[in-house]
Amino acid sequence: MSLIELANPSRFLALTARALPWLAAATVLAFAIGITQVYLAPDDYQQGATVKIMFIHVPAAWLGIFAWIVMGVAALGTLVWRHPLADVAAKAAAPIGAAFTLMCLVTGSLWGRPMWGTYWVWDARLTSVLVLFLMYLGVIALWRTIDDPAQAARAAAVLTLVGAINIPIIKFSVDWLNTLHQPASVFRLGGSAIHPAILVPLIVMAVAFTLLFLTLHLAAMRNEIMRRRVRTLMMLQAGARVGP
Amino acid sequence: MNLGPHAAFIITAYVAAIAVVAGLIAWIVLDRRHLSRILDDFEAQGISRRSTRTDGDKW
Repeated sequence: MSLIELANPSRFLALTARALPWLAAATVLAFAIGITQVYLAPDDYQQGATVKIMFIHVPAAWLGIFAWIVMGVAALGTLVWRHPLADVAAKAAAPIGAAFTLMCLVTGSLWGRPMWGTYWVWDARLTSVLVLFLMYLGVIALWRTIDDPAQAARAAAVLTLVGAINIPIIKFSVDWLNTLHQPASVFRLGGSAIHPAILVPLIVMAVAFTLLFLTLHLAAMRNEIMRRRVRTLMMLQAGARVGP
Repeated sequence: MNLGPHAAFIITAYVAAIAVVAGLIAWIVLDRRHLSRILDDFEAQGISRRSTRTDGDKW
């Protein structure tokens, strides 16, 4: 099956109807394994039990960034190929990305208070993630402001691609600038700096969060396709009332 | 499981994460229910995409 065939809305609905129950089941299973591993994970020698916050904070941060990358790829689909399913993918990803970024900010704050002695500092990493969250809200507002979905998609795609500049800033802020936030410790040259007893539950939770994102994204995309069908039918009904 | 002196922060973080995920799931489920109801209403009125489809209709 070609990508173009898959990108047909009706075919997409049929395929996702079959895939979603399996994806949801895989998500629940991954979380069951992940939560068990979090429960069994030892305390960190410096952070103590507070390290348990990292098992949700780090995957939420990754997903906050990942959702914007998904929106960026979809934005290219909108602007280059003008494919409506790319518009749908971008629109559906925005609230989910915003939610994960909010989760990252809240859990990071709750970790920062006992570890750094403060809920918030205007540090480069924290500030760039806050900017990401505000950009999500901006994109969501833009989608809601413009009535015509195709026009809204093009405006949101441009904003998404401009906002993508923030992604490397978030990633490398801890290397380029003097920040309170610790540098990369999972994905870095020379291997992870984390002990396997903590790294393994973190990776399992990251997989669980990623499956959750995929499940929610596909479900939200299905809703968006239905919303567009409702819009089409409403316009046809209104046209029929007015007459030729 | 002993969560130590910072148990309140750890528990609050997990409760916040669960609330965010529950909110997302509720939004998607309620949105789907709402949209299905509207589409069913159209169907009941005899208005469907097949009966009214035009060349410009991609959905």
